[in-house]
Amino acid sequence: MTPDFAQSYVYVVALAIVGVGFVFATLGISRLLQLRHPYAEKLSPYECGVEPLIGDSWSPFSVRYYIYALLFVIFDVEAVFVYPWALIFRSLGKTGFAEMMIFIAVLLFGLLYAWAKGALEWQ
Amino acid sequence: MSWGLSFVIHLIAALVIGLAVPALSALVFPFAVRRLSGFMSDRLGPNRVGPAGFFQPIADFLKLLLKEDVAPLKADRRLFRLAPAIAFITPVLAVSVIPFSKGFTIANLNVGLVFIVAFSSFTVLGILLAGWASHNKYSLLGGLRSVAQMVSYEIPMILNIIIIAMLVGSLSLNDVVGAQGKIWFIAVQPLAFLVFIVAGMAELNRTPFDLPEAESELVAGYLTEYSGMRFGFFYGLVEWGNASIWALTGATLFLGGWRGPFAGNPGWLILKVLVLAFAVIWFFATFPRLQVDQLMNFAWKVLIPLSLVNLGVTGLLIILLPNSFLPPVAAFSWASVITIILLMGPVLRKALLRKRLKLNPGTELGTSQS
Repeated sequence: MTPDFAQSYVYVVALAIVGVGFVFATLGISRLLQLRHPYAEKLSPYECGVEPLIGDSWSPFSVRYYIYALLFVIFDVEAVFVYPWALIFRSLGKTGFAEMMIFIAVLLFGLLYAWAKGALEWQ
Repeated sequence: MSWGLSFVIHLIAALVIGLAVPALSALVFPFAVRRLSGFMSDRLGPNRVGPAGFFQPIADFLKLLLKEDVAPLKADRRLFRLAPAIAFITPVLAVSVIPFSKGFTIANLNVGLVFIVAFSSFTVLGILLAGWASHNKYSLLGGLRSVAQMVSYEIPMILNIIIIAMLVGSLSLNDVVGAQGKIWFIAVQPLAFLVFIVAGMAELNRTPFDLPEAESELVAGYLTEYSGMRFGFFYGLVEWGNASIWALTGATLFLGGWRGPFAGNPGWLILKVLVLAFAVIWFFATFPRLQVDQLMNFAWKVLIPLSLVNLGVTGLLIILLPNSFLPPVAAFSWASVITIILLMGPVLRKALLRKRLKLNPGTELGTSQS
């Protein structure tokens, strides 16, 4: 653990704080400069100029994307495993490579299964 | 110079660069888009404010600053206000691992590539929050659509970043640039570069993947309820800041980073970023928009299997030829790119014909008029 290493993360944390602070500072300045005339119609949700008619937008409805979200989680976790492997796979040799390929093949098979089952079809 | 003083100077430089990259992108790129796409479609574009319209971005910024930013009464106002700040973390932080020239990186992390991918998720989070908190049907649908798209295309993106990490044997972006002394990785892995460009367009919600902003379907997607400077943050600093991050990452991974003829310096990196940004604008002026199903299918049925195969073959070649793997990897990658380009025309034509037959079953092949 070199001091340079710790220092790098200090920069990162400082940037994150200043970045978020920058957003709120700019919005604060904007708040001071702007004229505000709120009224009921302006504060209602925008629906092409008519009053919101049917239902509430926070009501539960079927999201077609949730299967993609599930698949994403699987592949994202895969990526987490592949990152460290990609760094050292040369020293692991043929065995390490074959093991990772089996892992990826299983995932690919899973994707093909989801595909065959129609999870990737849009209705 | 004492350690403390140099630390403070570095810190200030880091903060200035971290904020300057998204801020400059927000000023330069929207203006460049309007002027260049105006030029490409034979219009004028904004040319009134200042010489050739160069002060237009400043005028736009001042206008947004002075506008009332409305938060709908029914919205979850706390999340509504938090969303731009969370989305803004991505462009600010991802800059910090980009090497601008030899030994000039804000934070020289040994996990730079993972860092960029990890923090690019903050924009997804911000967009999801914005869509949800607005309490508006268009915002919610647009936000969910954005998130589904960004999440889907993140995987090919990650896989291609891993391919580069395999070629280099390191996740530090300094090592990535260091490994490109003799040859840029675009010449070694054009297939990965191609997927990187396509996935990047989708991650950035740019044409031809700009469905979240399909105004005829969703008004302005997750941005519908945003106005004033909050809109400015989302539209300018976050979206175009992320475009800059994407271009910086692409230039570093595939185009040799700050390397160039004469001395390597940040100027070359900026030039490469501008070339990539020009490509984004060119796509914007050229391509029509895809449908949602086409968009999702393309990520899951084409890009992800393609990237996995590319990853496997590249790894195999590196394992088999540990000392001279660059020529065979390049040969494989170029061969696949050329095959894809040659196959694209016939495959697309066949798919189009099948679709037409499905729509009007009576028509003969080749006689259908569209």
